[in-house]
Amino acid sequence: MPEFPPALLLIFGAALVPILPLAARRIYVIALPLAALAYIFGLPHGEFAQITLLQGFGEMTGLRVDKLSKAFGIIFTLNAVIAFLFAFYVKRSDQHVAALVYIGGALGVVFAGDLISVYIYWELMAVASTFIILARQTERAKGAAFRYLLIHIVGGLILLAGIVLTIGAQGSIAFDPFSWDARHLGTWLILVGVLVNAAAPPFSAWLSDAYPEASVTGGLILSAYTTKTSVYVLLRGFTDPGNAAHEAWPILIVVGCVMALYGIIFALLENDMRRILAYSIINQVGFMVCAAGVGTSMAVDGAVAHAFCHIIYKSLLWMSAGAVLYRVGKSKCTELGGLYKTMPLTLIFGTIGALAISALPFTSGFTSKTMIVSDIHHHAELFWAWLVLEIASAGVFLHAGIKFPYFVFFNKDRGHRPKEAPKTMLIAMAILAFFCILLGCWKAPLYALLPNGGLDSYTGETYQPYKWAKIITQMQLLMFSALVFFLFLKLLKRTPTIVLDTDWFYRKFGKIGYRFADGLFNTLNATVHRVVVISGLGKLGAFLAKGPQEVVGALGDMFAGESSDKIAERLRSGTFPIGLAALFGMLLFALLYFL
Amino acid sequence: MSEEQPKQEKQNKEFDWFDRPKSRRLLWILLWAICGLFLLLEFTIKRKAVFTIEKMPFFFAILGFVACAVSILIAKGLGYILKVPEDYYEPEEDRLPWDVEGGEDNA
Repeated sequence: MPEFPPALLLIFGAALVPILPLAARRIYVIALPLAALAYIFGLPHGEFAQITLLQGFGEMTGLRVDKLSKAFGIIFTLNAVIAFLFAFYVKRSDQHVAALVYIGGALGVVFAGDLISVYIYWELMAVASTFIILARQTERAKGAAFRYLLIHIVGGLILLAGIVLTIGAQGSIAFDPFSWDARHLGTWLILVGVLVNAAAPPFSAWLSDAYPEASVTGGLILSAYTTKTSVYVLLRGFTDPGNAAHEAWPILIVVGCVMALYGIIFALLENDMRRILAYSIINQVGFMVCAAGVGTSMAVDGAVAHAFCHIIYKSLLWMSAGAVLYRVGKSKCTELGGLYKTMPLTLIFGTIGALAISALPFTSGFTSKTMIVSDIHHHAELFWAWLVLEIASAGVFLHAGIKFPYFVFFNKDRGHRPKEAPKTMLIAMAILAFFCILLGCWKAPLYALLPNGGLDSYTGETYQPYKWAKIITQMQLLMFSALVFFLFLKLLKRTPTIVLDTDWFYRKFGKIGYRFADGLFNTLNATVHRVVVISGLGKLGAFLAKGPQEVVGALGDMFAGESSDKIAERLRSGTFPIGLAALFGMLLFALLYFL
Repeated sequence: MSEEQPKQEKQNKEFDWFDRPKSRRLLWILLWAICGLFLLLEFTIKRKAVFTIEKMPFFFAILGFVACAVSILIAKGLGYILKVPEDYYEPEEDRLPWDVEGGEDNA
């Protein structure tokens, strides 16, 4: 019986990274996720690694293995292997430590069988990913990491509140599907907490703010895990295709549709190539969230398949953008162009990723995305969702499929003549490009991983994306999108600008809040300092030095008829007549008595 | 980078097919031809329409065209409000204490 969660392999394994010499470290960071991949592949289904922590609330389950968790576990580790191959050039170890812990956290969530474990790994991911962003060591990365952490702390606390309420309501810590009709405040809070990490508007700005500020490798690693882990939690916690009594969460359909459209519009507005890719993550995750909202077995299969393929082609896109950034040192469309001349392989691999994200027939996006859209197509009441997803499919081709390669590799020659990407980067891209085409042409291995085996619930057979009519209509959709791009090219001219997103609210109000707090508390501090420390303490000191003598002098004057000067003289020399000393002694006792 | 290099010889060798006006014209023709081809192929398929709107001839071509055109126009319109200069959040005089200087994207 396997008792060892694969998450711990990466999390504890990360501790070795800093002490290994560079050559060994490079191999080690590739071998470690590879070992995890092999381990996950061989895991039998079932619930393992159970310990009782809270009496009466059920067991903590460190390892719940079924087809859903396995599919995510496999793609998470597979992607990690290739991402670390791409990151072969990295000499520092801090990024790799953070990345391994982060990926370990993602695996932890995926294999967790209870809500407490989910929360622990969830927060681990948030912290580790912040360090990945910080590892860029630029001023902007620090600001972005700061904002990123704040948002994820808020999201994590909402999730925690939801988890606590849910545990109270269901009486156990088990992480089982929440039904729509049994919804309560706790499940709503969990949903919101998860949607923050899924980058659903209006909580999405952290993604386009932080990921593009990470380093070449950092952005690549980040792009795969946080949002897809949320998709997993949505599929695990908010759908239950095997259970006829379970009701899906229709609100997720709306959220997914908004994400799909929002990603497109903002990607069109963006100038920075990695920001364009960041927005297209939101667009793609929208498809998966929508599928989770539909919640049928085919939609869930489609969401898993799409998450699987999405991680591959999205990593490929981030790699090609990363290779350009690595070689040219620039990431803005207004500063890039004409790179096809010297980076043709990066262009070819990037274009394969771009075509896969656009779901061109015979690429992986087509075999996965059509499954979601096709299932929704069968529901007459979901007409609007279907229409939005078709529109979003066209829009993906526009912004990620054409805009990204066109403005980076073609458009205007800006005189850059960088070398082709390093060999290890090219090999990593070639492997992912191969997967993009392989899974597009040969769907069997992909569908075999899906929770319901890719079953088409309407025909009773395995889903068949390759129908002549489907290919033709998809090509019509994509080619006319391409036509619009080139016809409207003037309107798409890039400008050296950034786009305001919902982060404007906390960035602007954050600054105002900072200045307000600065004004209020620092003024208060300064006033207190002036009044108490500078003038107040001086007066107190002067009083303590001179006060007793004056009091004694005044008393002596009053009761014994000696002048205060005389008393002061006596105080200095310590010579008092007995009567006077007795008088003062009596006054002291009287004082003590009354006080 | 390249401007400093000796020009003539370098540019003769360089692969610049996509920059030539002739190639660009060819690509345009190709694009229109592909669009036309897939429009014609519409007559070879029998579509299972679930929604009434799908029964419209060339529906997906029209959808792709209109959706993208409208997206671009919306983005253009929103750009007037949402696009701001790159230093919008970080004007020099507006630095906060945590905005410390950092290094390059060093590996």
